[in-house]
Amino acid sequence: MENPKFLTFAKTAMKNLFTKPYTVQYPAKPAQFPERMRGHIVIQPEDCICCGLCMRNCPPGAITVDRAAGTWSINRFDCIQCGSCTIGCPKKCLQIVPGYTTPDTQKQTETVSCPNRPAPPAKPAGPADAKKSITI
Amino acid sequence: MAKRSIIPFGPQHPVLPEPIHLDLVLEDETVVEAIPSIGFIHRGLEKLVEKKDFKQYVYIAERVCGICSCGHGMGYCESVEHIMGIEVPRRADYLRTIWMEMSRVHSHLLWLGLLADALGFESLFMEAWRLRERILDMFDATTGGRIIFSVNTIGGVLKDIDDSMLKTLKETVRDMRHEFKPIVDTFLHDYTIQSRLCGLGVLSREDAILNGAVGPMLRASGEAIDLRTLGYAAYNDLMVMPITAQDGDAYARCEVRLKETIMSLRMIEEAIEKIPSGDIAVPVKGNPNGEYFMRIEQPRGEAIYYVKANGTKNLERFRLRTPTTSNISPMLRLLKGCQLADVPLLVLTIDPCISCTER
Repeated sequence: MENPKFLTFAKTAMKNLFTKPYTVQYPAKPAQFPERMRGHIVIQPEDCICCGLCMRNCPPGAITVDRAAGTWSINRFDCIQCGSCTIGCPKKCLQIVPGYTTPDTQKQTETVSCPNRPAPPAKPAGPADAKKSITI
Repeated sequence: MAKRSIIPFGPQHPVLPEPIHLDLVLEDETVVEAIPSIGFIHRGLEKLVEKKDFKQYVYIAERVCGICSCGHGMGYCESVEHIMGIEVPRRADYLRTIWMEMSRVHSHLLWLGLLADALGFESLFMEAWRLRERILDMFDATTGGRIIFSVNTIGGVLKDIDDSMLKTLKETVRDMRHEFKPIVDTFLHDYTIQSRLCGLGVLSREDAILNGAVGPMLRASGEAIDLRTLGYAAYNDLMVMPITAQDGDAYARCEVRLKETIMSLRMIEEAIEKIPSGDIAVPVKGNPNGEYFMRIEQPRGEAIYYVKANGTKNLERFRLRTPTTSNISPMLRLLKGCQLADVPLLVLTIDPCISCTER
């Protein structure tokens, strides 16, 4: 043993006795989140065009986009808050904002409808239609 | 000859943060052999590389370990970048280095707290973790996450740190160095800690090399191997000096980690002073084709990444050898001949991360 000392921590321990607790008394005092905190995803449905890129970019597959029905769904319990959807969104209608989502006893899926999506493209004429036109 | 008995140790034990099981063969109170078994938390993360896009796999690589998440993301990204011939912007290299060193400080402070807790020194444990909280707050402010950062991407990083935030980070690091002094003084000079750690679990330099020890475990036995001297990311611009100790006992392992924490804090300050301006990422086109083998220095020691790609968006193979995998063998070596009451402390001194090991 080299140069052993006694009561090395006494000064710090005494100091801590007369200072405020370092921790926040949550939930009596609300938690403070930094600006960049990756809390949860929010969508502005009026800007969404239901392109489905967020669904393709989502690593855990938490997002589902139904283009025909015009709905955007997220399973917040599967979301890992990586932000891939926000990076790939062409209309920048997805954002990742501070604050945790509420806990629950069952996994829930949130669905929003996107009213301003462009009309789905018309189905190309198939072989049956082509045959019909020839007959006429 | 004393009667032999076998005592099961773990996977659930008050001092163990993660599950490892040891069958301890005892003669009276002395351990003559330790037989390990792992496999309680295997998650099959390596196999997932065949199903996920190589860009999406970064998020899985980060989740291999909670403490070394930044390093695993970086190691994977750098491997793929080497295969694809991508040159990462210098600012991204610096940002990766800053986050990596912050991870090292976070990891070592966590370990020091756990050590103090194992010794029964509760107020020191709280003090170490209070300091660690400041680094976690800085992670939260700079990356948006406290444990999983999701900042690494193929071709650079996703988030920049602006000048005002860099200034705040530098001031925090300077304060931390000041606040860390009483903790260092207590760990290195306190009579009770010295009498508990000195001469306990001695691993000689030859044994450390022979059993494949890595990281602080190896450096505490006197072998100056630190992979940061290879100069990946921005380490070639920074002053990296391997910290070593000669005794190879539990005290030496504690000493190495304490001094490494101080060095990491200095390196963060140095990196902030030298960080260049510019882009933080370059666009990535196409799919990787080829293979690459990479080594980086994680807080717990050397981690090895092997990536094999076949030109499609899914990689063919990803192999990761974590530091604890290498350190289990030397741990078994130093357990031989120790007393049963010292086993929890000695297992802790290798800084085990079993979830990393099993992936």
